[in-house]
Amino acid sequence: MKALNIDNLSFAYGNQLALDQISLDVRSGECCMLLGPNGAGKSTLFALITRLYDSHKGRIELCGFDVRQQSRQALAYLGVVFQQTTLDPDLSVMQNLRYHAALHGIGRREADKRIQEELERLRMFERSHEKVRQLNGGHKRRVEIARALLHKPRLLLLDEPTVGLDMPSREAIVQHVHDLVEVQQLAVLWATHLIDEIAEEDSVVILHRGRIRAQGGLQNLLSESQTENIEQLFKHHTVGVA
Amino acid sequence: MRVGHYALAMQGIVGRELLRFLHQRERFISALVRPLVWLFVFAAGFRAALGIAISPPYETYILYEVYITPGLLGMIQLFNGMQSSLSMVYDREMGSMRMLMVCPLPRWFLLVCKLIAGTAVSILQAYAFLLIAWLYDIQAPLAGYLYILPALLLSGLMLGALGLLLSSLIRQLENFAGVMNFVIFPLFFMSTALYPLWKIKESSQWLYWLAQYNPFSLAVEMIRFALYEQFNVFAASGVALAFLLFMSLAILGYNPSRGMMVKKTGAGSS
Repeated sequence: MKALNIDNLSFAYGNQLALDQISLDVRSGECCMLLGPNGAGKSTLFALITRLYDSHKGRIELCGFDVRQQSRQALAYLGVVFQQTTLDPDLSVMQNLRYHAALHGIGRREADKRIQEELERLRMFERSHEKVRQLNGGHKRRVEIARALLHKPRLLLLDEPTVGLDMPSREAIVQHVHDLVEVQQLAVLWATHLIDEIAEEDSVVILHRGRIRAQGGLQNLLSESQTENIEQLFKHHTVGVA
Repeated sequence: MRVGHYALAMQGIVGRELLRFLHQRERFISALVRPLVWLFVFAAGFRAALGIAISPPYETYILYEVYITPGLLGMIQLFNGMQSSLSMVYDREMGSMRMLMVCPLPRWFLLVCKLIAGTAVSILQAYAFLLIAWLYDIQAPLAGYLYILPALLLSGLMLGALGLLLSSLIRQLENFAGVMNFVIFPLFFMSTALYPLWKIKESSQWLYWLAQYNPFSLAVEMIRFALYEQFNVFAASGVALAFLLFMSLAILGYNPSRGMMVKKTGAGSS
């Protein structure tokens, strides 16, 4: 089942084209790594999927619902972790998560049950009453991932969630997300420029200057481009390409 | 189920705003210090300079402190509206606004929730100010403290909606200083908060017109009359109209298809 279906999407800031005829699918149980240098259009694409921006050119569907026409139904299936932390530092972990649950129409009893489940899975439950301000970067990210999963989305968008984290925190998040894909059949679209976060079984999309330069399974792309690793593959599609 | 979702979201947004307010005691204190300085210092100093004649809703000569009390209530709500607006711009720059905007509820409803949350906070501040004013011997009829509640609600909504509208127009946090100079000060000083209309008319006819139809003046007059158990139809209608106008424009401003969000730079830079 297609959790995300993007068809021929374009977007411009004034006269400056930021995305040019993007088509992309992410299915349940698929982890799709979106690679691109700064300015490639990754965050713009995320802003369009989450309907922070709107484009009349092309179509985005989440679990079969058009993001423009049926935005509420579509957004109900979406969990997001943005590049910048979006937790309220003055509130506790529990208060932040309860707030999110309320926005998704989850009652207090059910919310508390789900919060406990998600935080325990990320080994954060014992810190649930601490203020977010007291957490380190890695722990904040874990809380944000727990929050994004509270309403049981089918598609998880991750916009460079590991930037600025130390290696153990990064590895823990990478492992956790891949487990979610495998066990819960979650669809994941993960924007990154840290190529060591990509697993062999992931699909890859390389975005450069607003256009998709390559997309498919990692192994297929490597053999098609006759490159040996993801770093070479990335350079092959981005360095010196207008 | 859907109604329940809306109710939970409203409860969540208002609850969060109240929690933040309680956690930020300095915000509460500074919100009270400003009007109290005006009441204790400015009003005391100008008591002799500005004689206040008998004009509705007052039935006798009053002290200047009594006259400016409704204006200071308006000031609390005006600054609260701008504070909410500032926090919206901050939230947008810091990203937490995004979490609100991607939840599966209509944007107009989310903005209304934010507005109600900010208004609830401003009403708490207004009553705290009234309590201190009471102890300072500025006392209105007891029923007036009840009558004033719907007036504070409507004026809080109107000024909060103005804040929302401004937050949809401001591109960056740094631009907020301009709001102080071009919105708050003109609204406040060209109003009946500090001096009555007839006094303004004596000095300038055009200033009189501006002050008469200034939405902030209307809010202040609505509050003033309510505090003395009267309903000012003209002021209340004007405030309601201004609220509808500001709110509609704010909703338009936050609409991803038509609003200003798309035109903002920086959010989609990578």
